Amino acid sequence: MFLINCPFCGEREQSEFKAGGEAHIERPKQPTELSDDEWAEFLFMRKNIKGIQFERWNHTHGCRKWFNIARDTSNDQIKAVYKMGEKPPVKL
Amino acid sequence: MKNKYSIFSLIKNAFSYHENWEKAWKDPEPKKEYDAIIVGGGGHGLATAYYLAKKHNMRNIAVIEKGWIGGGNTGRNTTIIRSNYLWDASAGLYDHALKIWEGLSQELNYNVMFSQRGVMNLAHNLQDVRDLKRRTHANRLNGIDAVYLNTEEVKKFCPIINTSQDIRYPVLGGTLQRRAGTARHDAVAWGYARGADEMGVDIIQNCEVKGIKRNGDTVEGIETTKGLIKTKKIGVVAAGHSSVIANMAGLKLPLESKPLQALVSEPVKPIIDTVVMSNAVHAYVSQSDKGELVIGAGTDDYISYSQKGSHDIVEGTLNAILELYPIFSRMRMLRQWGGIVDICPDASPIISKTSIKGLYFNCGWGTGGFKATPGSGDLFAHTIANDEPHKLNAAFNLNRFVSGNLVDEHGAAAVAH
Repeated sequence: MFLINCPFCGEREQSEFKAGGEAHIERPKQPTELSDDEWAEFLFMRKNIKGIQFERWNHTHGCRKWFNIARDTSNDQIKAVYKMGEKPPVKL
Repeated sequence: MKNKYSIFSLIKNAFSYHENWEKAWKDPEPKKEYDAIIVGGGGHGLATAYYLAKKHNMRNIAVIEKGWIGGGNTGRNTTIIRSNYLWDASAGLYDHALKIWEGLSQELNYNVMFSQRGVMNLAHNLQDVRDLKRRTHANRLNGIDAVYLNTEEVKKFCPIINTSQDIRYPVLGGTLQRRAGTARHDAVAWGYARGADEMGVDIIQNCEVKGIKRNGDTVEGIETTKGLIKTKKIGVVAAGHSSVIANMAGLKLPLESKPLQALVSEPVKPIIDTVVMSNAVHAYVSQSDKGELVIGAGTDDYISYSQKGSHDIVEGTLNAILELYPIFSRMRMLRQWGGIVDICPDASPIISKTSIKGLYFNCGWGTGGFKATPGSGDLFAHTIANDEPHKLNAAFNLNRFVSGNLVDEHGAAAVAH
């Protein structure tokens, strides 16, 4: 249980949000060219990091907008919040 | 040879004030090299070591555990055991485990308090009714006992359930597996540890894995906080931390680790003599032998290793419990905790070889691994010893995420995920 600072609405309870999983997984540009291994990698394989992870969240019970956060999954502390399309912060 | 636990040994030890019981397992320092190493001293890991020694005669093996044995999800789950899964592959896997459960206390000479009190799954809407009926038929075709109950039969089987049709999620029916039930979770870990130790398995606690040593595509050993230990075979049974270990070997797994919560109430006199699970409202309840209500909640939807879940998850579960069992409205909850469960996209486990020779994974049990402990250990031991899966776990390989041949138990398994 923690608070998330929505870049559009401000700080709200985590229960207002929906986790969208690992961020920065790019949709294949040429889906027809993909091998089964590459599809498996895109669809199923996840880093599932213990430590700082970049992930997508949606403010489902608020502005309903997507954004990214960098969160330490070992203690749920949020290190950074940044918008979709932006690169993950280098320094945390 | 260890002394057998029996009524006679109990009486004999009573004369010396129970101060001279022998240690159930040793506390050895790691050797330089083993034939196989199991990473993770939970129920599944200890069972794997036990069956490797017993059935495959691999005695020069070790189980290494970061904390203490049975201190992870083995000691944190709600101890429900059942095998009423929809698909043939899952039914085979879980019923294999259930059959071992039935004779486990005798086999281990350790009372795991396996109690076949039945597990009832409730239906709260028309789709639930159809799904549960379909699953009942599928179970019976697979030789698994299952019956469908209508609302009156549910009430008769568990009289404290509120079967009023005016509640938010009325009870429309349910299924019952009478062979299902519960067991004492710690005893399972301790019983397997004692049995494995007796056959020469080293159980090494407080020893954390720091790295996997490889030579090309073959494992050579593991780096631990107690130094390098050489081995040709590593079986990883690390539950929520499987991805962390996989990372050390340069592998990625299709897993997400999430908090799953449970809670127990103050102890009361016997009030519920079965296990009742409910998909739609996400609440499971049973009563421990001590008298506490044991209540299982759902997972949070975000990845976390913190062993803490969100308050709203517990609140939602208790709302459902109170609507279904108004009699519990004044009970106080004593403890609440979280465990980290590793969930596969198809909600089925992985018991598999990997692309690295000598590295095996047993993971992805998600929210329901405890019930499979004996079967999982048996099949994983077979996979490690023969470098080939047993026919019962052949479908649960890592390659299914490439081939697309998933064992999709989401929602179909009689349990909410």
